[in-house]
Amino acid sequence: MTATLPRAEAVARRRPLAKRRPASTTPADRLAALGCAVSATLLTWFVMHLLLTSPGWLADLLVAYTLYLGMLYVVTRDRLGRLAAADRIVSTIVVTGALGLLIPLLLLLGYIVVAGAPHLGWGFFTHDMSAVGPTDPVSATGGLHAIVGTLEQTALTLVFVVPLGLLTAIFLNETRSRFRRPVRIMVDAMSGLPSIVAGLFVYAALIIPGIQAGVGLFSYNGLMATFALTMVMLPTVTRTVDVVLRLVPDGLREASLALGASRARTVWSVVLPTARTGVTTAVILGIARVAGETAPLLFTSFGSISMNTNPFSGPQESIPLFVYHYVKQPLSNVQQRGYVGALVLIMLIFALFALARLVGRDRSKRRARRTPNRTAQENR
Amino acid sequence: MTVALPRPDPSPPRRIVTEVLSRADRAFRRVTTGAGLAMLAILAVIGFFLIYRAGPAFGTSGFGFFTTIRFDAASGVLGVLGLLYGTVVVALIAIGIAVPLSILAALYITEYSSGRLRGFLTGLVDLLAAIPSLLYGLWGFSFVGPKIAPVSQWLTDNLGWFPLFAHKDNALFINSMFIAGLIVSLMVLPITTSVIREVFAQTPPGEKEAALALGSTRWGMVRTVMLPFGRGGIIGGSMLGLGRALGETIAVSLLLPQVPEITTHILQFGGSTISGYIANNSGASGLALSGLMAAGLVLFVFTLATNFTASVIISRSRSGAGVDA
Repeated sequence: MTATLPRAEAVARRRPLAKRRPASTTPADRLAALGCAVSATLLTWFVMHLLLTSPGWLADLLVAYTLYLGMLYVVTRDRLGRLAAADRIVSTIVVTGALGLLIPLLLLLGYIVVAGAPHLGWGFFTHDMSAVGPTDPVSATGGLHAIVGTLEQTALTLVFVVPLGLLTAIFLNETRSRFRRPVRIMVDAMSGLPSIVAGLFVYAALIIPGIQAGVGLFSYNGLMATFALTMVMLPTVTRTVDVVLRLVPDGLREASLALGASRARTVWSVVLPTARTGVTTAVILGIARVAGETAPLLFTSFGSISMNTNPFSGPQESIPLFVYHYVKQPLSNVQQRGYVGALVLIMLIFALFALARLVGRDRSKRRARRTPNRTAQENR
Repeated sequence: MTVALPRPDPSPPRRIVTEVLSRADRAFRRVTTGAGLAMLAILAVIGFFLIYRAGPAFGTSGFGFFTTIRFDAASGVLGVLGLLYGTVVVALIAIGIAVPLSILAALYITEYSSGRLRGFLTGLVDLLAAIPSLLYGLWGFSFVGPKIAPVSQWLTDNLGWFPLFAHKDNALFINSMFIAGLIVSLMVLPITTSVIREVFAQTPPGEKEAALALGSTRWGMVRTVMLPFGRGGIIGGSMLGLGRALGETIAVSLLLPQVPEITTHILQFGGSTISGYIANNSGASGLALSGLMAAGLVLFVFTLATNFTASVIISRSRSGAGVDA
């Protein structure tokens, strides 16, 4: 912070000091911002379209934005001073940055819905692709085999991940083993494991020897995909559950132990019930991640066009693989099938996400209800 | 309520204070330790099998594996340098776009937004993280790519003297490393934003209030208190994002032609990454497969190193001590 002495003419121009909150805007501020926006737009139009030929709307946008920032700075500097002007500019840029999160998401969703929705019919949920030829209309696309595959593989993954992830998180939080530190580091490292490497590993360690030895269980099938997905999902779930368990108040644990409960009993009857909503949210978000995972499946479940309800033998399709295969086809008629699959996939992800928010919200609502009571007690 | 009973014995036996484990407790400890060690075992086994299967490729190329650009198993030339170069370039572009954006977004969420909007935006970041890489790739491939191509064209025409923006004649502007980096940056955004947001949220309120009380504007407070405080977290979060970007597979495999090469022309058709190349050649066998395994091993080591460094930076810095990155 540097303090500059006001120059003589600045003192003469200075308005009487008014109380100003750094975060608030007055109607005059808003009016000035609006004026800057309008004049920046008009000036951009004048320069880029009347004086020059504009290379595109993106250039217009950039020029208008820069002009707006410049004008806002000059106007605010004249009204409120240099510091306030810098503050206003940064606020504007920060808001733009936050919009940068929102816009791609909206565009992405809009694009997938527009591309997939016209061709999505009930048929997608009732038959597979074995009887559909490449020249058939897009609305004849059937994805039942993919949906069944995704459901089975995700369910099997949960069978592995939930016990192992929960136990590891409990190990990290509730025991005093000296292996906790290395395990935590490894969990962190594994969460950055590229998913394609997980698929490659299952392929190298199980499928190649399995095929060479002629063991049916260890060749392209849903179970192998499940192993790869487990490796992707396990660290995510473990870490989230770890965080949730850390939020359980120590007082509860100590009370349970003081009453004579064993450590196992404490975890089972006190810690886990307290953390239940958090654990559920973690698992649902893990499912959402696994349901859209494609890379490891390329090496493990391989994909097929007909129904295979047995995850333990034979290649199996799943929704992400379905999308990936069709989108890479050259015929636009066939490519469209991929977009239908993408729409179904995104609906699935959204449903899971909404479910996770719903489960998570229960807890926050209860907390919100409790908080006023507590403050009321403190006031008393 | 205690009822005093007549003691049968004048001196009660001394109680042993050490923890006596019941059978259930011992089983509990064994089971949880087993689960924890299973994690260690899985990671070790992954590394072992990748090395084991990559053996033939290293045997063929020796150290040249790291210095050769071409990856062509049919003629016995295996090299990872071209792939590695593409991977790093795409990841750096992604980080270059994602980190400034996520600093701004994290600032907005922690400082500029209010109650309800803050919850909504935090949820939005989680939602961005839940959208599969495949859908980003699909969108980038068919929607963003054609939209960005004219921009690349313009950059080349007007700023072509700058080596990064130069291009060969008649080169296409779709499926470039720049577009791939742009799409990957969207996938990195959620992780960097959430780490940086957590770091910012931990700024001591006393220091922020002190800055405001001394007459600083909000930007002055952010610049003098929050950014210095959060520096370790910002660096660590960026490196975690870099780790993600290095391993990003499906989107890149859809976007890039996957031809290993070293070029500074990031705006034109071309480029490849390790993970994308592996995904595109998933039917390989024999020496080619071994080469893929070796490339996968290089990627694995690279990502692990990046993530380790990130965790260390975050946990050592003042701001990141309590952050679960």
